[in-house]
Amino acid sequence: MRVALFITCVNDTLFPRTGRAVVSLLRRLGCEVEFPAAQTCCGQMHVNTGYRAEGVRLARHFTEVFAGYDAVVAPSGSCAAMVREQYPRLVRPGSRGAVAVAEVAPKVHELSEFLVDVLEVDDVGAYFPHRVTYHPTCHSLRGLHLGDRPTRLLEKVRGLELVSLPAAQECCGFGGTFALKNPDVSAAMGADKARNVLDTGAEVLCAADNSCLMHIGGTLGRQKTGVRVMHLAEILASTEEGGTP
Amino acid sequence: MSATFLGMPGDFPKNAARAVRDSQLRYNLRKATHTIRGKRAAVVGELPDWQELRAAGKAIKDETLRNLDRYLLRLEEAVIGAGGHVHWARDAAEANRIVAGLVRATGETEVVKVKSMATQEIGLNEALAAEGITAYETDLAELIVQLGDDFPSHILVPAIHRNRAEIREIFLTRMDGAPPGLTDEPAALAEAARLHLRERFLRSKVAVSGANFMIAETGTLVVLESEGNGRMCLTLPETLISVVGIEKLLPAWRDLEVFLQLLPRSSTGERMNPYTSMWTGAAEGQDFHLVLLDNGRTDVLADEVGRQALRCIRCSACLNVCPVYERAGGHAYGSVYPGPIGAILTPQLRGMETELDASLPYASSLCGACYEVCPVAIDIPEVLVDLRAKAPHGMAERAGMRVAGWILDDQARLARAQRAATRLRGLVPRRLPGPLSAWTDTRDLPEIPEEPFRDWWEREG
Repeated sequence: MRVALFITCVNDTLFPRTGRAVVSLLRRLGCEVEFPAAQTCCGQMHVNTGYRAEGVRLARHFTEVFAGYDAVVAPSGSCAAMVREQYPRLVRPGSRGAVAVAEVAPKVHELSEFLVDVLEVDDVGAYFPHRVTYHPTCHSLRGLHLGDRPTRLLEKVRGLELVSLPAAQECCGFGGTFALKNPDVSAAMGADKARNVLDTGAEVLCAADNSCLMHIGGTLGRQKTGVRVMHLAEILASTEEGGTP
Repeated sequence: MSATFLGMPGDFPKNAARAVRDSQLRYNLRKATHTIRGKRAAVVGELPDWQELRAAGKAIKDETLRNLDRYLLRLEEAVIGAGGHVHWARDAAEANRIVAGLVRATGETEVVKVKSMATQEIGLNEALAAEGITAYETDLAELIVQLGDDFPSHILVPAIHRNRAEIREIFLTRMDGAPPGLTDEPAALAEAARLHLRERFLRSKVAVSGANFMIAETGTLVVLESEGNGRMCLTLPETLISVVGIEKLLPAWRDLEVFLQLLPRSSTGERMNPYTSMWTGAAEGQDFHLVLLDNGRTDVLADEVGRQALRCIRCSACLNVCPVYERAGGHAYGSVYPGPIGAILTPQLRGMETELDASLPYASSLCGACYEVCPVAIDIPEVLVDLRAKAPHGMAERAGMRVAGWILDDQARLARAQRAATRLRGLVPRRLPGPLSAWTDTRDLPEIPEEPFRDWWEREG
């Protein structure tokens, strides 16, 4: 299967490890991975902060870059939800843009969706001998309705002990530019999330969005807790031979 | 006299920052919202057809709003036919003028009130006071707010920010007839308020209420409440004046079947509402006036995305699940409508001219919990994002977003920016200056990697 990787601008710039993990995981599962080099950003930050014109421009660019692929995989629930849920609202019904969105948006999958629904695997042959807790990020949970797909994948990882996170469904407080515009509320939400993570005794906090992990991980780091944060892709890419290339 | 929200200074982030630092307030809010949240989830979970009910509620409200003009005229005809009087108020000032005139015509200088969001929205109590008329709130929590010269901070439980020790203090210092030995036991507090209010119910000749629903077909008004104070106000006085937003309509009597299931389960977490009062026109010996309030609602109706906010039945489920409301409290929103619904309703009803109102669409992490629990499926995040596009933006932010957009428009520019960041990776301080300090005050920065993904792909992919 010919799969295009939509790395997302945040992962491309700050978390290339996650991208390398997706490539290695998908190849291990027999996919032919392509990286359309013209890709940049889905436009979520601009649209959600109130800069629709810039966001629409980025959305148009996205639909042009990813037209023609069987499947597009994104290691981000939030960016996948942006394309699938919000793109249709950015275009005029019946316009060329609407046709392009209707063509591309349904082919965009968050990683765990792609593995479970398209490739129909839940055991990806991973090995990760650690105590892990999972935070279902808001756009994965309430936007894409990922349900138990990510935890089904984690449960099949050899050596991994999955512990449930108290109040898992509560937002961590990142919210994109919300973290900067409402820093006090954002930090208070992050502190409560971090405390719940610590209560699990997990060594690793896992999620399907690095932006949320950057916020929770940054809070856990500032508190010197020693808890690591890892994207789902990095855990699923790990094997007895080692982790992400 | 409770204070009015209009013209409140500050903006949401600053108001919220104050609330976040108040540990007693955070404890009160957390405990209260989590309790109601749990009760709601339990009783909603009992109904196998909840999603169908929710879809029906949405559909009925949408159909009503689409034909609002027709239904309003039908309602007017039915109310007049049943002996009531109907008044139309374009805005708050007109509604207040009408109510004050009606009260003055009775010769009375006191009114008792049933808890009503519409009359708070228009600042009726303050307007009546200016005319020499005293309005007494009779809902227990509204009474606490009024006696404490305070602001409501929740739609359903307006004194949610107060604990029982504070309530005892307010009663002892501000309430006529409070027993000197009053304890902070909930039963003792309720009994003191009950005796105080009973005297008012029996004395007052005029009552002011709102309504949860108005039935166009029959001209019936419906009030849902939990304390029985509403029933007292609606039935005892000689004159009843109801101020109701024009969006509170339902086409037909049978539509209540849906909403009398949706509302109690969503708001108080009860299967059935304790006191549901319904009346059609003027009851025997009572003069009834209905004041239909626009106050910005027709403008909201004209907005294709924002109009869904008019489906709201004021249940507060969105407040009780909102992680931002839980930490910021209701006062931070500077409006009688706090929480997620307030963040989309207030800027639409009042506009976004003030710093506070312009900050409200941003008072959300867009987590979507509000949409999930809304009994009439208002997509609050969708409206928030739409309002953000209409909100005024600061110059520095505009410049920053324009530059970010310019870089992201083109892969080569993005790659150059990434490589520049990589070269600076050793130089990034632990604490950033300016607006970015909002991040580094409480969070570590992620380490900038040795190379962006696209460079690795080009070399090894």
